[in-house]
Formats: sequence, C-alpha cells, structure tokens
Amino acid sequence: MHEQQWPLWEVFIRSKQGLDHKHAGSLHAADAAMAIENARDVYTRRMEGVSIWVVESKFIHASNPDEAASLYDPANDKVYRHPTFYDLPDELKHM
Amino acid sequence: MGYPAHIEYTLHLADNALILGHRNSEWTGHGPILEQDIALSNIALDLIGQARYLYQYAARMIDSDVTEDTLAYGRDAWDFRNCLLVEQENGDWGKTVLRQFLFSAWQYFFYGRLQQSQDRDLAAIAEKSLKEVTYHLRWGSEWVIRLGDGTKESHARMERALDQLWKFTGELFVPAAYERALSVAGVAVDLHSIRSSWEERVAEVLGEAQLTEGAGDTWMQNGGKEGRHTEHLGYLLAEMQFLQRTYPGCEW
Repeated sequence: MHEQQWPLWEVFIRSKQGLDHKHAGSLHAADAAMAIENARDVYTRRMEGVSIWVVESKFIHASNPDEAASLYDPANDKVYRHPTFYDLPDELKHM
Repeated sequence: MGYPAHIEYTLHLADNALILGHRNSEWTGHGPILEQDIALSNIALDLIGQARYLYQYAARMIDSDVTEDTLAYGRDAWDFRNCLLVEQENGDWGKTVLRQFLFSAWQYFFYGRLQQSQDRDLAAIAEKSLKEVTYHLRWGSEWVIRLGDGTKESHARMERALDQLWKFTGELFVPAAYERALSVAGVAVDLHSIRSSWEERVAEVLGEAQLTEGAGDTWMQNGGKEGRHTEHLGYLLAEMQFLQRTYPGCEW
C-alpha cells in the first residue's frame, strides 16, 4: 500500500435536485467505484449531496496561469460584449 | 444476571452493535488510507448510534437507576449478550472487512425482519438502522471482492481470515433461550427465516471474490449470546470501560 499511492480523483457534488454539480475536493481511490464510495464517506457525511461525480484528476486539463494576461485581459475593454452597452428603443418592452 | 427475555433480547442487539462499533473504532487513526479510515470510523459511529437507541430502550424497560451508560460501561463480560463474531480481534484489514461483511449481511436481513416486530420500538430502531446497514453491507462486499479477487497476497490473507471467522457464523442462527419465547410472540426475529437469505448472499459475494466458503462440517462456536465469550471480550471491555470504572459517573 505505502510503496504505491492510489490515483487522485476530483469529486463533484450536487447538493440539491436541479442545481449544478460543484467541485467539492479530491481524494485517493483505486478505481471509480471506490472513489464514489470514498466521496460518500468524505464529502457527504452531513447531508451535503444527492449526487456524486468523480473524475480521475489526470483527465482534467487546466489553463495555464502564466497565460492569464493574454487569455482574459483583452476582454477588459470590450464593453460592447455586454448587453447593457446598447441603447434600446423605447418601443421595446420586456427586456 | 437475568433480566426478563424482552430486556435480554434488546441487550443482545445493543451489545452486538456496541462491540463491533468499538472494534471498528480501534482502526480510527490507523486505517490503511485516510479515506478508508473515515469510512470505517463512519461505520463505527453508525453502530454505536444503533447501540445507544437499543440501550436507551432497555434502560427504559428496566426502569430504575440504570442508564445507557451503566449498561455499556458497568456490566462484566459474562453479562454481555453479543455474538462471538463481533468481539473477534481486528487482525489485518482483510479480517476486519470480512468480519464486517459477514455481520452486516446478517444485520441486513435481520433488521429487514425486525421492522415487522410486534414491539414498535424495536421495529422503529430496525427501520432507521437498516439504511445504514445497507451501506455497510455494500462497503463490506466491495472490499471482500476486491481483496479476495485481488493479488496472491490479498487472496491468501482473505482465505486465512475466512478460516479464522467462519466458525463464529453458526451462532448467528442459533436462538438463545430468550429469543425462542419472543419469536413465538412475534417480537423477536425467527432466525431460521433469514438463514437461507444470508447464506445465498454470502455465497454470492465469496464466489465473486474467488474465496472458498467454510466447510459445511466446520465446528461452530457458540455461547456469546448467553454470556460465554472468547478471551478477547475481556480485553476489549477493560479498555472500553476503563474510564467509567475508574471514575464512575465521570462526564466531560
């Protein structure tokens, strides 16, 4: 057991019917079935959930924080991407 | 000792849950991996919770200065009515999960029947506990299959555990004197009625785990339900009861 760690899994819990699954944390497990059981014991002890998703952490692809400037900053000065930028004609109701 | 059958029966069920709960709690902080440490500690808490309901009910029936605490901490080994299986030592993880599986399978069918008891209190406790036990059984089954059908080493350990524990499974279906009278009255579960369900479920899981069931001619140990225990219970109680024995009534 100690010479080889079990893989890491990310856990997503849906707290109520109709809501989205939210990232709850991560844990170790030998396979998907065990990951769900472990998630039940680690993250839903206090009635936190009605549904559990797990995904092995290595399958998550993340954006690179170093590229944040080029990825997100350009959106900063493009106010026309927000609907509030546009003046609506008075005749238009229910917007 | 010698309470009326109804109280003895309630204590028997309470002692089963408390002793196995305590055994499982011995793993807290020592589990093979954090997640499973939490899982087994959760099961321990479920069982101790069941024991509390049952002790509280027994204490109400005894109707004196007796409380759930005096029943748990103030009785000696020969007063305990738990079956021998639950007091067996933890051994390795394989033995612990096998013990849990064998007992949860019994509790699962047992509580299923107890829900129909003429005793409304016992029926209500059974109904509440069954949900927990359903999960314990699922958890235990998964582990037995995982280790039995795992590596050469894990398989050998599970075979050894089965060899050590199988002889304590017969007692689960032998009614004590207090059970016989109560099952006629519709209060206690007729153990005969759940035996084949238990055997089927256990055979199914052991089969999937590539484990060979104990031989049919195994000599079955008996007596725990009537206060004749293996040497392990005394050590367990010495540790569990130490504080209340040394400082009676101590609270914190």
